[in-house]
Amino acid sequence: MSHNAFITEERIEGDADGALAGRTVAVKDNISTAGLRTTCGSTTLEEYVPPYDATVVERLKAAGATIVGKTNMDEFGMGTTTETSAFGPVENPAAEGRVPGGSSGGSAAAVAAGEADLALGSDTGGSVRCPAAFCGVVGIKPTYGLVSRYGLVAYANSLEQIGPLAPTVEEAAELLEVLAGSDPNDATTREPPADAETDYAAAADGDVSGLTIGVPTELLEGADDGVRAIFEDALAELEMKGATTTAVSLPSVEAAVQAYYVIAMSEASSNLARFDGVRYGRSGEGEDDGNWNESFAAARDVGFGEEVKRRVLLGTYALSAGYHDKYYKKAQDARAWVKQDFDEAFESVDVLASPTMPVPPFERGESLDDPLQMYLADANTVPINLANLPAISVPAGETDEGPVGLQLVGPAFGEATIIRAGSALS
Amino acid sequence: MTVDDDEVRHVAQLARIDLDEEEVDRFTEQFGDILGYFEALDDVPAVEPDPDLANVMRADEVDEGLTQREALRNAPETEDGYFKGPTVS
Repeated sequence: MSHNAFITEERIEGDADGALAGRTVAVKDNISTAGLRTTCGSTTLEEYVPPYDATVVERLKAAGATIVGKTNMDEFGMGTTTETSAFGPVENPAAEGRVPGGSSGGSAAAVAAGEADLALGSDTGGSVRCPAAFCGVVGIKPTYGLVSRYGLVAYANSLEQIGPLAPTVEEAAELLEVLAGSDPNDATTREPPADAETDYAAAADGDVSGLTIGVPTELLEGADDGVRAIFEDALAELEMKGATTTAVSLPSVEAAVQAYYVIAMSEASSNLARFDGVRYGRSGEGEDDGNWNESFAAARDVGFGEEVKRRVLLGTYALSAGYHDKYYKKAQDARAWVKQDFDEAFESVDVLASPTMPVPPFERGESLDDPLQMYLADANTVPINLANLPAISVPAGETDEGPVGLQLVGPAFGEATIIRAGSALS
Repeated sequence: MTVDDDEVRHVAQLARIDLDEEEVDRFTEQFGDILGYFEALDDVPAVEPDPDLANVMRADEVDEGLTQREALRNAPETEDGYFKGPTVS
């Protein structure tokens, strides 16, 4: 019963005891594991074996977890369906014939199929929350800076965080406790403010009495009817348990998908420049006529898949002379606008709620020919990365087409609040 | 927003990625759609950014790093303890 969730299945035993003793964890294949190949779902890194562990992997081992393998993913994290992997697509264990979501589709599928107790994903624009929603499991995208990115192969550094996937909110919170903490090897990590609640597992107590939930109208408008009905039912359940809901407006999110893709592609074009086939990665075959540029271009042609090429090229375009101000600078303006909108919303509400994905899981192959259509599906998840905020996706129900996730967003370092709210649904 | 195939070839050259003709054709069409969609950024209002930034410094001390063997382990070609790149003419 394989869903092609793993690229490499190999066990790494952790310490004898710790908070995760006896638990198995699947690790997304863009997170470095010393001595165990880490491919990022790409041909170029098919044989790459990291010489060191990512900080989160060290933390897993020290907590007594057993790593059971490296999970399949969209190539370099670039996708919403886990169909762009050089190692083949992942099947959704919770919705036959449909995609598991992406880019951490292998991690979500491994948890949904019971092939691992827990999993690590990475979330640049929704890559933990989307597959969690589509596979009917829980996923958390932490506040930017809560979890170290040291050893995470970079796609878009200013946006991404490593996050946990698990069958329940409480288990995801337990794993987050192990992952969180500042790291001298990642200067973007930060300690939460002294008054922040950091006992995440204990926060999964289901107590939402007095909680104010804002519902951004802009994040509901594009939602599929079936998804919307399940979302409304989930909100009603939270209201029944003592929460109040109120409509809020976040006008800036109308520009969020555009801003996200310009920033992510631009950062990708720079980050992926390192894959030239000299220090690591697949080298260009044959030609060596003394022209470095031709040799690098050949290496990158055979090493990268189509979605990666598309994003690196568009990022290069957005940063090129004459276009930088039009695209990259405006995208940074939009990012500041989104951040300001969220900050203002949190002056009057405790959390924000939306469907994690506006649509149910796509049928396999459905979105491959139309990249823009696939990018638009990220409308509800990317604003949170632009604003550096924490968010959780919890299973809310199922349509005929598969599972639906509820996304809860908190203020910076408000992980405990979204965990508490999310746990009220399970 | 329209993009022509020469622009796609130019940007591919800047990015050091070879494309075949089919990719050039497909990207030319898709980039027009995607860049057209990005045009909405023109309407974003100027917002005073509120940068929540602080310098992160550390002492400049020698620390343990990778050995030469570890650093070279993933290189497709090495010679005498060095990375070996393409020939420079």
